[in-house]
Amino acid sequence: MNLSMKWLSDYVDIDVSVKEFADGMIMSGSKVEGYESENEGIKNVVVGKVLAIEKHPDADKLVVCQVDVGKDEPIQIVTGADNVVVGALVPVALDGSVLPNGTKIKKGKLRGVVSNGMMCSLGELNLTQNDFPYAIENGIFLIEEDCTVGEDICSAIGLNDTSVEFEITSNRPDCLSVVGLAREASATFDKPLTIKEPVVKGAGDDINKYISVEIKDPTLCPRYTAKVIKNVKIAPSPRWMRERLRASGIRPINNFVDITNYVMLEYGQPLHAFDLRYIDGNKITVRRANENDAMMTLDGIERKFDSDMLLIADQSKAVAVAGVMGGEYSGIMDDTQTVVFESANFNGPSVRKTAKKLGMRTDASARYEKGLSAESTVNSVMRCCELVELLGAGEVVDGIIDVDYSDKTPKTVKLEVEWINKFLGIDLKREEMEKILTSLGFEIKGDDIIVPYFRIDIEHKADIAEEIARIYGYNNIPTTAPTGISRGVVTPYQKFERTVGQTMLSLGCSEIMTYSFISPKYYDKILLPKDSPLRNSVVITNPLGEDTSIMRTTTIPSMLETVSLNYNNRNPKLWAYEIGKEYIPIKNEKLPDESSKLTIGLYGGKADFYTIKGMIEVVLSKLSITDYDVTPCTDNPTFHPGRCALISKNGITLGILGEVSPKVAENYEVGTKIYIAKFDMKALFELSGSEITYKPLPKYPASTRDLALICDDDLPIIEIEKTIKKAVGAILENIKLFDVYKGEQIDKDKKSVAYSVTMRSDKGTLTDEECDNAVNRALKQLEKINVSLRK
Amino acid sequence: MKNALENIKNEAIEALSKSEDLKALEDLKVKYLGKKGELTAILKQMGKLSAEERPIIGQLANEVRSKIEAKLAESQEALKKKVLEKQLKAEKLDVTVPGQTFEIGKKHPLTIVMDEIKEIFLGMGFDVVSGPEVELDYYNFEALNLPPDHPARDTQDTFYITQNTLLRTQTSPVQIRTMEERKPPIRIISPGRVYRSDALDATHSPVFHQIEGLVVDRNITMSDLKGTLEMFIKSLYGEDSQIRFRPHHFPFTEPSAEIDVMCFNCHGEGCKLCKGEGWIEILGAGMVHPKVLTNCGIDPEEYSGFAFGLGLERIVMRRFSIDDIRMFFENDMRFLNQF
Repeated sequence: MNLSMKWLSDYVDIDVSVKEFADGMIMSGSKVEGYESENEGIKNVVVGKVLAIEKHPDADKLVVCQVDVGKDEPIQIVTGADNVVVGALVPVALDGSVLPNGTKIKKGKLRGVVSNGMMCSLGELNLTQNDFPYAIENGIFLIEEDCTVGEDICSAIGLNDTSVEFEITSNRPDCLSVVGLAREASATFDKPLTIKEPVVKGAGDDINKYISVEIKDPTLCPRYTAKVIKNVKIAPSPRWMRERLRASGIRPINNFVDITNYVMLEYGQPLHAFDLRYIDGNKITVRRANENDAMMTLDGIERKFDSDMLLIADQSKAVAVAGVMGGEYSGIMDDTQTVVFESANFNGPSVRKTAKKLGMRTDASARYEKGLSAESTVNSVMRCCELVELLGAGEVVDGIIDVDYSDKTPKTVKLEVEWINKFLGIDLKREEMEKILTSLGFEIKGDDIIVPYFRIDIEHKADIAEEIARIYGYNNIPTTAPTGISRGVVTPYQKFERTVGQTMLSLGCSEIMTYSFISPKYYDKILLPKDSPLRNSVVITNPLGEDTSIMRTTTIPSMLETVSLNYNNRNPKLWAYEIGKEYIPIKNEKLPDESSKLTIGLYGGKADFYTIKGMIEVVLSKLSITDYDVTPCTDNPTFHPGRCALISKNGITLGILGEVSPKVAENYEVGTKIYIAKFDMKALFELSGSEITYKPLPKYPASTRDLALICDDDLPIIEIEKTIKKAVGAILENIKLFDVYKGEQIDKDKKSVAYSVTMRSDKGTLTDEECDNAVNRALKQLEKINVSLRK
Repeated sequence: MKNALENIKNEAIEALSKSEDLKALEDLKVKYLGKKGELTAILKQMGKLSAEERPIIGQLANEVRSKIEAKLAESQEALKKKVLEKQLKAEKLDVTVPGQTFEIGKKHPLTIVMDEIKEIFLGMGFDVVSGPEVELDYYNFEALNLPPDHPARDTQDTFYITQNTLLRTQTSPVQIRTMEERKPPIRIISPGRVYRSDALDATHSPVFHQIEGLVVDRNITMSDLKGTLEMFIKSLYGEDSQIRFRPHHFPFTEPSAEIDVMCFNCHGEGCKLCKGEGWIEILGAGMVHPKVLTNCGIDPEEYSGFAFGLGLERIVMRRFSIDDIRMFFENDMRFLNQF
């Protein structure tokens, strides 16, 4: 909403600077986005009078003018325009002047003849023919206003208003009007508000002879008010009206269209003007559309409607989309003789839905959809008639059509002074509260506050508290801390999540954040089987695009996208992790299961399978998860069948890790090996150890035996470890693999593995014999799985 | 014998002075002082001496021994020093050569600031609570005083799953769920992902993060709201931050406010960063609407509360001078490694 400060001054006398006005309005709840003076950008342009015109000696298309600019001597200006005549008043940009588009005018020579400035066209002053209909577009603006030679152009042609741009919140459609903002300004700056009832003389006759109105759906149209103007004279509006419309950002068109726009801006009530000639049967019916209805709207587009949309129709056809836009063929023409002014109230949500469906949000629909009061229809249409008479634009037919189904009961709220003070943490007297409320148009009757009709947003005492608070000033409310002691608790899960994150960071992985939605094609990219239950995703019905159309059931594609982006940006290395959600639909449940996953992705930096496995081992150890099972996973198509493992404990799978299948890497256009791990955060959390207990440092020395073993190549090494552990028993302190060798000195289907086994007792120093016995026990057991000492 | 001792002494001292390394010193020690050394050899002959001579020669022998020992220690010390000096000289490094490379992971910039904000609120007695991202319309809108057809629903362009389920457009549904589950006093923040169907560009992302807060108890006032948020903003932006509370409208709070901090760049003059306004909007807040409390089974006559919310991305963008919101979700290592 752009507010003309001149217009505002009709209603309230604001004697502060625009900046102070804007600041004050912001702090009482009407947000100002900015303000602009119309004369901003125009400097040193004055009214000049053309005294003489001569031909340019060296150019056929140029003339040399002598122009009186109110100084001692006339100045010489060369121009190419051909509409300049002696005696004409013209805008003259003097030497050193600035035009609205930023052009600086300096004196110079045109084809050898000195020119001390420039005569301006409408366009050069950022104006159009709508502002000055008598002027021409292509030529110098010949001023017909009452002004003096040498006068500043802005004051001469009325370019001296300031426009303040407000961003009005959706609960205050009443502030989308000059009167509404004037009321706010009056309360904010404690200045009286002057509102006059419109006065219409009338020209006799009877409106019922011209038109009748029927509302078929009073829910969608609670009130429809109309007045008729006869003997209409379509003409441009007077300058003051055009100036105010321009300052409000509305293009002037002709007196009738301008009047409807003017009153909408002033009172906040949208209005429409019909040409009575095009109302078949002289009857307006407000009804829902049917499938046969079609109409070209004022913007020249042919529209079709559905039964949720409300139309203004005559006996044969639709003439307007209620509250949104009029029809192309029933609007005001140059030869219109009789006009019907419509001032109606429509259901906000219905207008909103219609405008949205038709894709045509207008100034009218923007006001209706927020919910207007039905009480403003009569006043507004009378204001139109008053302006018609003022402009001499036609004769107002007596009588008014007012079909009214609206609820007239005024809303009341109790004034609870004590509650409000307690709620806001202030201490205002009843009189002070009453003064604020009265200034905003509320009426106080005993303990009752009668809510003015235009305040559709007020329902509850909390709403009243807000009115008091914003006029009293939010910044005048003290600052206190809530009473009572409270302690912020970090839950065990939150601590666990922090530990996982910190561990990953210390392992050299950086944290990433990816979108929760993906493309269904990503499932193909990771070779997810066609019948995989993971292909059943939560689907967004109105996605931005296919790439973001389903909620992921696996985080792996998101990690691979990140890998791909980095690889293709030629980053040599990516070690990354994400703690993010997967969204798994549950049968017969409205909401999916949202489970958090730790996803790790690696390439470069000499990462291999054992890098990612080592990371997982560190994470598990940090969480005190021990004795977990590692089993090869050969059937997950995303992974390399020989380089993928599942980690589980007590039969519960914790996660998967491995090298990404070369085919998948190719799908992501990555030409290097990628390693991915994905672990379930909830499962990790549930198994994670609780408190740490200190174990005293050993009192007795340890003994170490190194074992070089030969085993079948395909024997999982974990089996050897398990066997040694079991056989050595309680004295085993540590078992460490330090070499795996395959090659020349070993049979083809065998491998050599070397372990360092550390033994210790807390009861005494172990003897060589005890240690050897333990090792021999292990070797004996190892034989059973075809593992022997390397000779 | 006396002469022999003198000779040993002189010979030994001279040899010790001349020796160049610790090994030679050790050899000399054996040669003169060892069990089979020269001094011992002489002392073995002591038995042949007369009773008068014996103490004199004995004393002299001891003197010779301690002299040699002293000289030996002195030479050892000097040599050790020399060796050390040589070693230190040989071990000289070019200290300007860069150190060994260690790579630690970097926290995502959004997490850095999110953690900071969580810490501040934890310190103020708030719990951190989370909730589902795929949410029921009821929790996201209706319970928050946004019935179907409410115009404010248009301002939050929503991704729908079905007619009744959607991707939450705000973290406020967590507040409703919390109020349904817990009895006052309630003091929580709910950080998390939210979704709006905004096309992706430098300043809009269909996924972003919010942190909302809620306090419900007896006697909670708007001045408490001001005090709490002022404390938060000063913790985040410094004690000298200038703050203003400006009336605004949210359907779920009444009165509602937007909270601005004075632009850190221009200090209120108006600049590019604050779009000429001199202030930067940080938070939306207000007293919980009585209808919302009622919806959650909390009696608004007995309890009152306040709520607030802030968008994380914009705060982080200003903190690190990031001019494109897309960087957060692209995860280019060249970006992430900077934090």
